[in-house]
Amino acid sequence: MPDKLKFGFYWAASCGGCEIAVLDTNEKILDVIARADILLWPVAIDTKYSDVKTMPDRHMDVCFFNGSIRNSEQEELAHLLRKKSKVMIAFGSCAHHGCIPGLANLSGREQILKHVYTAEPSVVNPDGTRPLVQGKVPEGDVTLPEFYDKVSPLKHVVDVDYYLPGCPPAVSGILDAVTAIFQGTLPAKGSILAPAKALCDECDRNQHLAKKMPDVKRVWEVQADPAVCFLEQGIVCMGPATRGGCGQRCINGNWPCTGCMGPTPDVSDQGGKMISALASVLRVDDEKNIAGPETEKLLAKVKDPVGTFYMYGLADATIGSRRQR
Amino acid sequence: MSTRITIDPITRLEGHGKIEIFLDDKGEVENAYLQVPELRGFEQFCVGRKAEDMPQLTSRICGVCPVAHHYAGVKALDEAFGVKPTETALKLRELIYCGYIVYDHVLHFYFLGGPDFVVGPDAPKAKRNILGVIEKVGVDTAREVIKHRAYGQRITEILGGKPTHPVSGVPGGQTKVLTEEGRKEIETMSKSCVEFAKFTLQMFEDVVLKNPAYMALITNPKLGHAVYNMGMVDEKNRVAFYDGKVRVTDQKGKEFVKFEGRDYLDHIAEHVLDWSYVKATYLKAIGYRGLVDGPDSGLYRVGPLGRLNVADGMATPGADAAYRKLFDTFGTRPVNSTLAYHWARLVELLYASERALELATDPGITGTDIRNMKFDMKAEGVGVVEAARGTLFHHYRLTEDRMIEKVNLIVATTNNKGPICMSVREAAKELIHKGKVDDGLLNTVEMFFRAYDPCFGCASHVLGRPTVVIDVRNQYGDLVQQMAG
Repeated sequence: MPDKLKFGFYWAASCGGCEIAVLDTNEKILDVIARADILLWPVAIDTKYSDVKTMPDRHMDVCFFNGSIRNSEQEELAHLLRKKSKVMIAFGSCAHHGCIPGLANLSGREQILKHVYTAEPSVVNPDGTRPLVQGKVPEGDVTLPEFYDKVSPLKHVVDVDYYLPGCPPAVSGILDAVTAIFQGTLPAKGSILAPAKALCDECDRNQHLAKKMPDVKRVWEVQADPAVCFLEQGIVCMGPATRGGCGQRCINGNWPCTGCMGPTPDVSDQGGKMISALASVLRVDDEKNIAGPETEKLLAKVKDPVGTFYMYGLADATIGSRRQR
Repeated sequence: MSTRITIDPITRLEGHGKIEIFLDDKGEVENAYLQVPELRGFEQFCVGRKAEDMPQLTSRICGVCPVAHHYAGVKALDEAFGVKPTETALKLRELIYCGYIVYDHVLHFYFLGGPDFVVGPDAPKAKRNILGVIEKVGVDTAREVIKHRAYGQRITEILGGKPTHPVSGVPGGQTKVLTEEGRKEIETMSKSCVEFAKFTLQMFEDVVLKNPAYMALITNPKLGHAVYNMGMVDEKNRVAFYDGKVRVTDQKGKEFVKFEGRDYLDHIAEHVLDWSYVKATYLKAIGYRGLVDGPDSGLYRVGPLGRLNVADGMATPGADAAYRKLFDTFGTRPVNSTLAYHWARLVELLYASERALELATDPGITGTDIRNMKFDMKAEGVGVVEAARGTLFHHYRLTEDRMIEKVNLIVATTNNKGPICMSVREAAKELIHKGKVDDGLLNTVEMFFRAYDPCFGCASHVLGRPTVVIDVRNQYGDLVQQMAG
């Protein structure tokens, strides 16, 4: 019997959904515990920072790192855990691409701080108080981490070996990854541990796959038919530009895909791919007049293109963020 | 300069926090601070997004409470779209909400807060967790724990598509009907949850209430707070999670105010602290007087104990009996003991299970009239629900084409921020003397934030770092001891 493996689970800037996804493996987590010691898991275990610091380098076999890098403390921990781990897995959409919190890159540090601590209608703050990185209370000094100007995916900060996509990753994806770790069958470094297919390829509504998108409708404007492709019903669905493997969770809820699994294989920019897909289905019957004002009108009905096409991937997209000074 | 003890970060919670304890020359606690070191700023970056995306965008504030954010958002949209959801949709929403409370409360009791009681606050740190609980209660019981947490998630999955970050809420209703097959599954699971909740209440009685050491902590008047309480109630003033009015009671249990969620700005305000990224709320009518108890302080508590304190009872029979037992045992009303939060949470676990069973057997639950699309558009909407940890407010202002123009969010743990800090400070004062600390003692201090099941992920809209360092420094600030505790 070989020695048990050593795992670590760490959260940076994330919502906790990735931790819940681990728990959602349910009784299978008992099998994992039987074959691996969990050395670090803040939501469940009282492991100490000093324990991690004093571990030999590369002591942990695998670190599952969820969350993006939003402040100085998370950056420090990313470096520390990289040093202490043989394999670093970016776990979930935040670590992978920055996810929804990455939309904050449309704003900047100052704008966010001003909004939260001064502008909100419930805030009473005549002195303009703000949290201080180097603060003072009557009894002494207190410190807080530095809030960065932008959100970064994990790979912008440290070397990442694998990516487990999804917001949060599907249980089947987590179990497949863990099985590959136990069996020593992980693929090449840099791989994304999910099927190499677009969501459309595995969608139950595939038989009705849109040949055309006659109109652009918002979800609140129509009651979507649960058997028909969303695009065919005029609803923007990120399926053509998004990797599969999620179990069609949103589609099962009769809601279009919003793209949490990241871009399809061989595509670097999910939004770009979606714009291209839309271009090929939007009112194709009327191709001769495609450049006319009617098409312009239709395109104007696609609201908030950044928030729609880059809901999960803005922090890692080729379009970047707002202009940096 | 004072001696300082730093617990960084605190563990077995959602999100990240740090405790700084300052000792005087004699080693007695002068003061303690619970700092939340992070922020994400959803209120800023949701501006410019499509209104209908808000329930999903904001569910990424918290993957532990996604259902609460989802439906606070959906309710804000109902109001802004000027639409009343259909009866079936309201039942479905309440049912999914019960599933969420079940999984969240089971998670807290068995994984986060409970290990301190089940294996003991000063058990070796390697045992003070779910693994230690499994060892203590046996694998068969552990499987029951895992199964019933999963049932809560499964209910949200059946009704909401995804178990975490559900998608089914839209202005005026739901996107998905409940099939008879799904209904049957939920009925079976709910029945089982009712029994499991009863089992857990009994275990709490056996393990906690019959243990004099725990009872000493629970009944110590210094480890409780005479603050206002807040929670949502139905028309009979019983605990309500999904819909109702917000009721506030005073230190004597008397109603101070009862208001509609949309009027929240008339009643509560937020105070900015320069030593924490999370703000502290207070009652506007009283004002902010610092982190102090009493009727002159506008601080209030939310969450399971806050809810039970403001309510006159529970709307299901088993839970109502459990509710009465809690208050009879303490013999006071409101109950101020911080550790009583755990007991209140289990009373709610039974309520959510019983209510889920009622809804799953309601003949109307499989109706197909799940959306009302007659809109009477308004510019603004406020949505209020009771998250597992307390009252949650979402407030949106929309442009004419239904895009987000302004967002304000007050989450459960922001409401509790002041009281949590006071609880940690008072626990440190009560437990630490002559500068003596050890792992078990400091963990006992941590029990006093854990009772609230705080979600600093929600409160700061970000989660934190995983490990704990305790530095003990002398009066010159030199490190004299670094501890694993």
